[in-house]
Amino acid sequence: MQSSNFRLWFAAALVYTFLYIPLVIVVAYSFNDSRLNAEWVGFTLFWYETLFNDKEMLIAARNSLVIAVSASICATVLGTMAGLAIHRYKLKVLPILVFTPVAMPEILLGVSLLLFFLQVLNLTLGMVSIIIAHTTFCIGFVAIIVRARLQGMDWSVFEAARDLGASPWQSFRHVTLPLIMPAVVAGALMSFTLSIDDFVITFFTKGVGEPILPIQIYTMIKVAVTPEVNAISTLLMLLTLVMIIIATKLDSGVLRGDASQ
Amino acid sequence: MALLEIRDVTRRFGDFTAVNNVNITIETGEFFTLLGPSGCGKTTLLRMIAGFDLPDSGQILLDGINIVSMPPEKRPIHTVFQSYALFPHMTVAGNVAFPLKMSGKMPDEIKSRVSESLNSVHLSGFANRFPHELSGGQKQRVAFARGLVNRPRLLLLDEPLGALDAKLREEMQIELISLQQEIGVTFVFVTHAQNEALALSHRIAVMNQGDIEQIDEPSKIYGFPRNRFVANFIGKINMMDVQVLEATSSHLKLVVKGLGEVTAPSKEGVRAGDKGTMAIRPEQVQILHHSEGTEVKDHFPGKIHDYLYVGNVTTYIVELANGIHIEALLPNNTPGQAKSFEAGDSVVVTWRHGASTFLND
Repeated sequence: MQSSNFRLWFAAALVYTFLYIPLVIVVAYSFNDSRLNAEWVGFTLFWYETLFNDKEMLIAARNSLVIAVSASICATVLGTMAGLAIHRYKLKVLPILVFTPVAMPEILLGVSLLLFFLQVLNLTLGMVSIIIAHTTFCIGFVAIIVRARLQGMDWSVFEAARDLGASPWQSFRHVTLPLIMPAVVAGALMSFTLSIDDFVITFFTKGVGEPILPIQIYTMIKVAVTPEVNAISTLLMLLTLVMIIIATKLDSGVLRGDASQ
Repeated sequence: MALLEIRDVTRRFGDFTAVNNVNITIETGEFFTLLGPSGCGKTTLLRMIAGFDLPDSGQILLDGINIVSMPPEKRPIHTVFQSYALFPHMTVAGNVAFPLKMSGKMPDEIKSRVSESLNSVHLSGFANRFPHELSGGQKQRVAFARGLVNRPRLLLLDEPLGALDAKLREEMQIELISLQQEIGVTFVFVTHAQNEALALSHRIAVMNQGDIEQIDEPSKIYGFPRNRFVANFIGKINMMDVQVLEATSSHLKLVVKGLGEVTAPSKEGVRAGDKGTMAIRPEQVQILHHSEGTEVKDHFPGKIHDYLYVGNVTTYIVELANGIHIEALLPNNTPGQAKSFEAGDSVVVTWRHGASTFLND
């Protein structure tokens, strides 16, 4: 008993070490007073200072924020509608249509969106095409979360609203939306985090114009790995972490895929 | 004019006919119950009255106007759901205020109507609680208050007492009757519990497999069930296969196989030679000691097979000469005495001549 228990703990510790050591290193070296990510020299905020003076990087960050906010708003509206529709109308094909982009390899989605934008829509690639692309793959995530919450709820509540005199819109506004709000906000935050660090699809749909954060980071590494990359990575990690914590706080079922609370 | 008239309403789900050509007329102020086993179509009928489902054919008239194509929010009909369906994100007061808000009432009126309504269900102190902070019985009361606050023409109740424990259910039954009398709103109540239906209703419609078997007052339903289904579904009843020997305007003479002749009240449309069932309630059956029974007109000798003491009454199972078991319910009016007969006693069973009913097959 004792030894098997110990082995389990040991294995678990190993897994978490494996997962988190690289992240810890990235964070630690963002404060390292050396150009090289090799040995610890001393504490500094120099790399953050460099980062905040790097015009190109700041533009990339701003662009990424604009994209993430726009895409998550669009995806939340559409994904909420999709989630409601999937729950309401028991059409078999609807969930497949909505959830497939979630499972689809990103590279496939990137290529097909690129072709779609260029050859079908004849669109000039840029911010708009990235926002559309990000919205596309985030819709499924929002729909999954919203639908999971609806599944845990008593349907007669929505009927009661209509029964007591609410029009379909009033019933949505006063009953449905408040009840699914935690899932909607969680879906929005999830979309935001997915969008802000997306590389593959962004790479295919960005064109040549504006710098975008994940691509910019990659470009910097190609030239030379400076701890500035660690600094921006640390900030990005922090942002994502905060979003995820808020999302799980709002809807504890998000990660479990249900809403039984 | 009748308040609600259900005219030739049929609803099918694929091959399954949930409601089959049903006709019901409900008067203003009535407490009307749809009673039947699960799957009999009572809830489907209720949902069509509420507007959540559409009949395939037929009409539903409210005050003489066909409301079939009217969406639920436009109908002056509210529902108390089995699961209560309280809005979990609103307080008790918010829940009760909801129908008033939706109908565009002024805030002052809403406030006074809500407090008045909560008063009537004894929940004045609970206005700011959330549904999850209430007990089952309290939730139930909030659901009643919410359904009644905007004074609907009709209140539909879908097994509202089903989730409560027995004692609380009895309390709520009494409260429900006084609430209905006080407010004067017409109730359409759906239940599968026959005792609840008998206790609460002015009239009952017994439903089975989409059909209405009988619509009548509770005492008529219990006392004069129209067919075997109704007789069996409502309370306990003894049934014996019989043949009609003689049918006159005053009585029926029936032959019970292996027992002999017995007299039953006359019934329209019954002719000599008809086969059917004679039904008699256990509490109508009397048991006499063998020695004192011979004077009575309709009487059958038998032996006490078994008995079941439940406190206020004891049920005796008597085995008759033809092997049939008949149940008799005798009140225990001597404290401390569980039974008047022992298993194996030779007895005579009998009943008043008007107590039995003939049911056509």
